[in-house]
Amino acid sequence: MFESLSHLVLQQYWWIIISLLGAILVFLLFVQGGQTLIYTLGKTDMERRLIVNSLGRKWEFTFTTLVTFGGAFFASFPLFYSTSFGGAYWVWMLILFAFIIQAVSYEFRSKPDNFLGAKTYETFLFINGLLGTILLGIAVATFFTGSEFSVNEMNFSKWEGAARGLELALNPHNISLGLAVFFLARVLAILYFMNNIDDENIFSRSKKQLIYNAIPFLVFFLVFVIWLMFIDGFAYDPVSKKVSYESFKYLHNFLQMPLVMIIFLLGVVFVLLGIGKSIFTICTKGIWVAGVGTILTVLALFLVAGFNNTAFYPSTYDLQSSLTIENASSSKYTLKAMSYVSLMVPFVIAYIWYAWKLINNKKIDAEEMNEDIHIY
Amino acid sequence: MIEHIDSALVNWSRAQFALTALYHWLFVPLTLGITFIIAFMETLYVKTGDPEWKKATKFWMTLFGINFAIGVATGIILEFEFGTNWSNYSWFVGDIFGAPLAIEGIMAFFMESTFIAIMFFGWNKVSKKFHLISTWLVAIGANLSALWILVANGWMQSPVGMHFNPDTARNEMLNFWEVLFSPVAINKFLHTITSAYVLASIFVIGVSAWFLLKGREQLLAKRSMIIAAIFGLISSLFLVYTGDGSAYQVAQKQPMKLAAMEGLYEGSEGAGLILLGMPTPGKEINDGKDNFVFKFEIPKLLSFLGYRNADAFVPGVKDIVEGGFEYEDKNGELQIALSALEKIEKGKLAISALSDYKKAQKLEDVVKQEESLNIFRENFKYFGYGFLNDPKSIIPNVPITFYSFHIMVALGFYFILLFALVLFFIFKGKLIDKKWLLRLAVITIPLAYIASLSGWVVAEVGRQPWTIQDLLPTVASVSQIDASAVQITFWLFTLVFTALLIAELKIMFKQIKIGPKEGGH
Ligand code: HDD
Ligand code: HEM
Ligand code: HEM
Repeated sequence: MFESLSHLVLQQYWWIIISLLGAILVFLLFVQGGQTLIYTLGKTDMERRLIVNSLGRKWEFTFTTLVTFGGAFFASFPLFYSTSFGGAYWVWMLILFAFIIQAVSYEFRSKPDNFLGAKTYETFLFINGLLGTILLGIAVATFFTGSEFSVNEMNFSKWEGAARGLELALNPHNISLGLAVFFLARVLAILYFMNNIDDENIFSRSKKQLIYNAIPFLVFFLVFVIWLMFIDGFAYDPVSKKVSYESFKYLHNFLQMPLVMIIFLLGVVFVLLGIGKSIFTICTKGIWVAGVGTILTVLALFLVAGFNNTAFYPSTYDLQSSLTIENASSSKYTLKAMSYVSLMVPFVIAYIWYAWKLINNKKIDAEEMNEDIHIY
Repeated sequence: MIEHIDSALVNWSRAQFALTALYHWLFVPLTLGITFIIAFMETLYVKTGDPEWKKATKFWMTLFGINFAIGVATGIILEFEFGTNWSNYSWFVGDIFGAPLAIEGIMAFFMESTFIAIMFFGWNKVSKKFHLISTWLVAIGANLSALWILVANGWMQSPVGMHFNPDTARNEMLNFWEVLFSPVAINKFLHTITSAYVLASIFVIGVSAWFLLKGREQLLAKRSMIIAAIFGLISSLFLVYTGDGSAYQVAQKQPMKLAAMEGLYEGSEGAGLILLGMPTPGKEINDGKDNFVFKFEIPKLLSFLGYRNADAFVPGVKDIVEGGFEYEDKNGELQIALSALEKIEKGKLAISALSDYKKAQKLEDVVKQEESLNIFRENFKYFGYGFLNDPKSIIPNVPITFYSFHIMVALGFYFILLFALVLFFIFKGKLIDKKWLLRLAVITIPLAYIASLSGWVVAEVGRQPWTIQDLLPTVASVSQIDASAVQITFWLFTLVFTALLIAELKIMFKQIKIGPKEGGH
């Protein structure tokens, strides 16, 4: 069924999959956001225990999505993989360390004789929540702000920024997206707790915290988006493949791809709706509305970064080294083979959904923490 | 094509990869094997309804959970390290190598992590049957992830199913099935998972033996031992079989690795297999020293195992460096082996032809393009050699490869004996009296880990200097970073992973001491 597609269509198909995985990942970062709220929302041991266990049943999904996102990016756009990971070395290493320390923390935190002490594992969770979200946001922002690298005629890439990626964390636009992701993750976490934990105190504290986190999220997000609409973007000519600056490129992308604009606007509306309803009514389904909104918004941002003849990983050092979905992708054969594999994705999503429902059919509460099941 | 590469950078990058991979491998085999043992036990619980089986299932599941968390923590870094530290490699072969990694995520990791949630949290939420299915799916998911990563690794040892595209300057996949069903990959997969079953069986037997020595948990310990010993015995027999298959593949695809495994400097017809020996320290080719300080060998066995012919010629390290011996190629035709020096010259021809081709392309000189491409194609087989200068640089570290190989094999036979003894005394009902055997079982746990890690050292050290056999050496694979940056991350990994390992061991020992709880957790 993929046999007849052209290389370009396959590249676009894979960019959509990458975008979708990225979007789902940002949504699932609510686990990270929640990890920065353990002490803000949980004042007693039992409350914190509820929060940790509520998150602990979901962290693997976020983690595995990150891993799969990486693997899928490698398989479909290997030049991005070799350029960005090998180039922005410190940013990625910091992200990875932040996830390494997360992976053990749930399991080890409450076990006796755990060497580092429960507090250390909680700190690990906090660091993961803070660095993981901000740095991933920064990394995604470079799709629009560019980085300093060059790619030679053998397609071997070289990073020109001496700080190996740390320089990216100094760019105010990267930071604004990083912080937007951080506060979004906290907002989503709060909505998730309201939905998942059966505890009066946590609920009322959550409601209050929701406002405190929604406001900075909106500010940083708007700052980023408004700036994005006005900057020069990285366009490439579909025939000559030459990359050049184009004024209002991303605004043009939205206007020239109305479907993407609709997805984006719908996404933003859903996020606002999810937050608003949870603040002003007693609705506890906010996580689903805002979650869908997050996925749509991020999806649209990724599509704007890579579609409509835009270089998705621009080089400000040498424009012509910029990566596009055409020059960074795998061969036609590999994309085709992987497209068959991608048919498994709906099936995977379906069984994850089913498993979640089984585990979530009842809110987590203090009573359950004393049952004979696996408790973190 | 590749500017001057700092050898410190290559060495630190290798050290970092080796460190992180070895840490990952400390946890993976237990996961691969114990999930099946748990699934067997839960199956018996569902069949018999005996709560004692549920207790056993839950006890081993707790230990699995602790191990699993740190396995995941050490795994994520490996995946991204291909990009961060081996970025040239990631481009050069990403078209083929990326696919299994992606499939692993989509197909295996999600399956594992989803059903683990049910396995741990679903006891009171789903039916017994569905819970049992979830447990089996965790085991299958873990082993599927092994399949894909080992296909990737197997492909690096013996690249197949691809061609080099001069326009993109990389290898591109031509045939997915050839990559998946490559005999090297299949052997590697089977050998590795069976080794993991053996390790997990030894773990379960060892821990159970400890309970028996302490006079605790007798029923649970005995039952666990029966299951693990049967599983272990069958797996260990299969392990020898697949190990032989692996060695046969090595002989065909990586003769230098085979020579290093056996410490064979000068090749011969009817070569013997070393049972026990000590390679001469500091030995180099043509230095006139003996190969071995001492050795016991079984005559002709190496020729037979490597080529299925007791009189076949097995080339040694010296022969492979100097060339000149006859061998049968893929099509069964006799060929005279080239020397490393000749291969290096051909490799350099290929590399410069590729760069001529690129230049001609810019000038739109079609004739010159065709000419360079022809030179390139003729010499591509030795492409990787072009990055090397010294013929001796194709020799891996012989003593490390030799000792690791012999330690692994010796332990493999010892494990068979152990499983057989345990089973024998269980069925005679005398196991509890055999304190020596129980003690032996406990101290065998670390030996299983040593055997398993040795296996990887053989496979990985023995293939140096290649990341992709004959096509890409380590020096040409590495990311262009300051060696000092890699040095810093190396020490950070050492610190973090060691701290986590200590934590894991302490928690594990504590949970074993606490033992199973009535009704589980
Ligand atoms: C409990 C662990 C264990 C035990 C007892 C054995 N092995 Fe093994 N061996 C492994 C664990 C392992 C491994 C960790 O799974 C390796 C590393 C890479 C691989 O493919 O499997 C391996 C690799 C490996 C290789 C290298 C394959 C390559 O480079 O591609 C050979 C030739 C053998 N083994 C042969 C044997 C033989 C003849 C054994 C006889 C009993 C044996 N192994 C026991
Ligand atoms: C999990 C168990 C593994 C262990 C213990 C292991 C061990 C090692 C060691 C010791 C080295 C360094 C060799 C040297 O410096 O001489 C190395 C290198 C390497 N291994 Fe493995 N390895 C493992 C799995 C894998 C797998 C599954 C892959 C591929 C999917 C892989 C790919 C590599 C690469 C790319 C290098 C760096 C280049 C090189 O030095 O050859 N390894 N590994
Ligand atoms: C260099 C090669 C390797 C890479 C890149 C790699 C990558 C990973 C990653 C990213 C994870 C975490 C997945 C999650 O989110 O759950 C993981 C876990 C795992 N990996 Fe590896 N891995 C490598 C080598 C191996 C090998 C050689 C095997 C088996 C033969 C293996 C088997 C597993 C298993 C079973 C897990 C589940 C967690 C556990 O260890 O308990 N991996 N690996």
